[in-house]
Amino acid sequence: MIVLLLFLVPLIGGFLSFFIKNDKTVRTWALLTSVITLLISIAGNTFAHSPGQLHFSSSWLGSLGSSFSLQLDGLSQILCLLTAISYPLILVSTWRSSYKTANNFFALMLLTQAGLMGVFLATDALLFYFFWELALVPMYFLCSGWGGERRIPVTFKFFIYTFTASVLMLIGLLYLYFQTPDRSFSLQSFYALKLSNDTQSWVFWLLFLAFAVKMPVFPFHTWQPDTYEQSPTAATMVLSAIMVKMGVYGVIRWVLPVVPIAAYSWGDVVMSLSVIGIIYASIIAIQQDDFKRLIAYSSIAHIGLMSATLFAETKIGYQGVMVQMFNHGINILGLWIIVELIERQFGTRKLSQLGGVAQKAPALAILFVILAFANISLPLTNAFIGEFLMFSGIWSSTVTHYNILFTVLAILSIILAAVYTLTAVQKVLYGPESSITEGTKDIHGNEKMVLWVIVIMVVVFGVYPQPLLRITDGFVDLLLNKINVAHLFVK
Amino acid sequence: MNALIFSAVSGVIMMFSSFLLNNKNSVRVLAHVLLLATIIANIFELRGISFFHIDTRGMLEFDRFALLFTLVANVCTFAFFLLSSRDLEKIGNHYSDYFSLLFFILAGIVVSSSFKSLLMLFLGIEILSIPLYILTGSDKRNLKSNEASLKYFLMGSFSTGLMLMGIALIYGATGTFQTGITVAEKVPVLLITGMMLLLFSMSFKVSAAPFHFWTPDVYDGAPTVVTSFMATVVKAAGFIAFMRLFAEEFGSIRPEWKLLVGIVAAVTLFIGNITAVFQQSVKRMLAYSSISQAGFMMLAIYSLSNDAKEGLILYAAAYSLATIGIFAVLVRMKDYTFEGFNGFAKQQPFLAGILVVFLLSLAGIPLTAGFLSKFYMLKATIDGGSLALAIFAVLMAAVSVYYYFRLIQSMYFKTGNATISGTTTGFKYTLAALAGITILLGIFPNLLTNWLYF
Repeated sequence: MIVLLLFLVPLIGGFLSFFIKNDKTVRTWALLTSVITLLISIAGNTFAHSPGQLHFSSSWLGSLGSSFSLQLDGLSQILCLLTAISYPLILVSTWRSSYKTANNFFALMLLTQAGLMGVFLATDALLFYFFWELALVPMYFLCSGWGGERRIPVTFKFFIYTFTASVLMLIGLLYLYFQTPDRSFSLQSFYALKLSNDTQSWVFWLLFLAFAVKMPVFPFHTWQPDTYEQSPTAATMVLSAIMVKMGVYGVIRWVLPVVPIAAYSWGDVVMSLSVIGIIYASIIAIQQDDFKRLIAYSSIAHIGLMSATLFAETKIGYQGVMVQMFNHGINILGLWIIVELIERQFGTRKLSQLGGVAQKAPALAILFVILAFANISLPLTNAFIGEFLMFSGIWSSTVTHYNILFTVLAILSIILAAVYTLTAVQKVLYGPESSITEGTKDIHGNEKMVLWVIVIMVVVFGVYPQPLLRITDGFVDLLLNKINVAHLFVK
Repeated sequence: MNALIFSAVSGVIMMFSSFLLNNKNSVRVLAHVLLLATIIANIFELRGISFFHIDTRGMLEFDRFALLFTLVANVCTFAFFLLSSRDLEKIGNHYSDYFSLLFFILAGIVVSSSFKSLLMLFLGIEILSIPLYILTGSDKRNLKSNEASLKYFLMGSFSTGLMLMGIALIYGATGTFQTGITVAEKVPVLLITGMMLLLFSMSFKVSAAPFHFWTPDVYDGAPTVVTSFMATVVKAAGFIAFMRLFAEEFGSIRPEWKLLVGIVAAVTLFIGNITAVFQQSVKRMLAYSSISQAGFMMLAIYSLSNDAKEGLILYAAAYSLATIGIFAVLVRMKDYTFEGFNGFAKQQPFLAGILVVFLLSLAGIPLTAGFLSKFYMLKATIDGGSLALAIFAVLMAAVSVYYYFRLIQSMYFKTGNATISGTTTGFKYTLAALAGITILLGIFPNLLTNWLYF
């Protein structure tokens, strides 16, 4: 039941928002909905352990072999929790941004949340595809309707890119459906499939392409910086904190266990692409003057590390990915809030025009520096845990011969991250004041509160990551069982 | 049988109504009532109650597939009447005649979707085409309309000639007009030639490439209300006839034509979608979009399975409802170009929202009937063994997103003063109902497809 509520509450809340014309009321309503969702999610993670609460299945499209089935397992728990936590933070931190036709804006935000929840919960391929698009379409409207100057072509590129990849995924899922003995779209039937090596190969690419575009992995990333830059900040937060995780999630849920041999044989290719992406994106990030684009490229680098680890196929690596999915979401949310605050106060995101903010805004400076440390994954921050686990995962990988090379190259990303993040910190906070930053005011109210919440999470999960690791533990064992290809060679 | 008699008689009644009733409103109400009666009669027959028992000597068979499509066609026509019957008035003075012609088309649709004999197919297609030639040219003082009508008529009669020739050849090969031939090991050349001719002429009727060249000009030249009808209900009817012909008559020689139909489908998808991208007028875009959607419907003929049958019915409904809805708004617009829709959402938020549902459905986004109908087609195609064709089709569907979303962009994200006139409350609610059906069928397609079996 809980699992159904996770999806239904934002969905219904979103539809109702369309009809609330008053600006203040609709904001409150959206916040209320998201808080309720958060409470449900926490309940699902803590005291609901009976299968009746974590599973939901009902017949739907029976003639097509599809059913409306949702499930909350370890992987879903982490991502649903991330989605549920992010939304109130996003809504509170952008409380003062003004939107024309606010009711539509918040309705679309909540509908996106419903789609995201659905994606993370669905255990039926057709249903998964439905939610996949349900998350995409409102996002298209959000970014095109409320974004920056070049929003229309940029968002359109984003939409066409992801849509094309996702219809190819649909073909892949349909093909798998025809291979199942009972003609069913359910995850279990897909997991039970034993496909030949060649078939696995191209099914792998049909599916993986959609997820690679979403993450984005190196050659498919071109939509991302532009979209992040042009979207309204609240939408960018959803995109970067949660939506990119759809790609990582998709690989874990729908690719690795379904086509394990292909994942094994193409693993080196994907890992190489990811590692290239890490270094490439980091180097570009160093060159950026626009703060939003800098974070966008930094996000590509972080996600690249996750996608590389996915194909290392080690327990410690998967735990790292799952923990880091959560942590990355939290951290980047904090960074976007900083960007939003800076842009709102100074009217620019150009790093070269800023400077000397620290003197007049100490609170902002402290919070920003902590988040910057988290972005470089220094010890005691949450990102350190995730990235460290991932590096060890790649290092100890037995499925690739180049594990040491990949690890070394990937670790370069930390150094590069330090370069661009600290440069940004320096340019914004220190140095001489520019004409723009003369009248700097410190942050207060909502934003300060949200940032503190985020920073506390950064530190707490950096020091005590056990709760997150515990959620992932059981799931990762099951996952490794399914994707372990070693036994195939013995036969 | 019920629907055939009802619609034919209604056509005659409407013809006389012009001098029996001198009020345009009463003519319109009469047409609505007659169509409603036809729908109800047809539902009775679907439930097994036939009012007439006429021996057709096996030339017509009203099976569930035919009856269900007749129902879909009639309901879509009813939606068309509700939305656009007032716009028919503006075409010319012969108001009741237009209705009468529409009823004759419906009669032709019934015949061509339930034929069991090639002669009946020919009759059905002709009964359906001739009123269309007239309707296309009904805007008599407009040169473009005249040109479109003449073009349509010439090309149409040419393809009819091909069809007759094909039927004659098939008769020569098999000695019967009845469908359902059985062929020996070696397929006679005459039969193959006849089949090819029929394939060409049917492709012409449903505007599949490379026989589509008449479509944009005719759709563009015809009065927009008429275009709305012929691009939807009539085209879908063509596909039902196409499907029936190839399933029943040529089902046994499928290896001979499967590749050819596959190529026609692929070429249609390609040409329709790529050309639609470059259109500046929404009306022409919809003309090309109808070609590209035809490419998707061709996939049903390619695969000929139960899925394909269900899918084609669903496709006919989804595509017709959405296109009729968009056309109904388009008729009322002052400017038919994409720019003419700039800022539409600001002035008419309700209508814009409904148009978005229709456009999403045409583009095949989930939760709309358009997605599921495309899904059925893809499923049937993959089941039929052609993964490559399915991949090509979805890539083309991704291209189609470009031009459908362009309209959404114009309406929502660009500023301008789109002008629309004559939107009554009833009009809006009817459109909303169509959008509701589109979404409902997108979530529960069984509501429609179950009628095929129960």
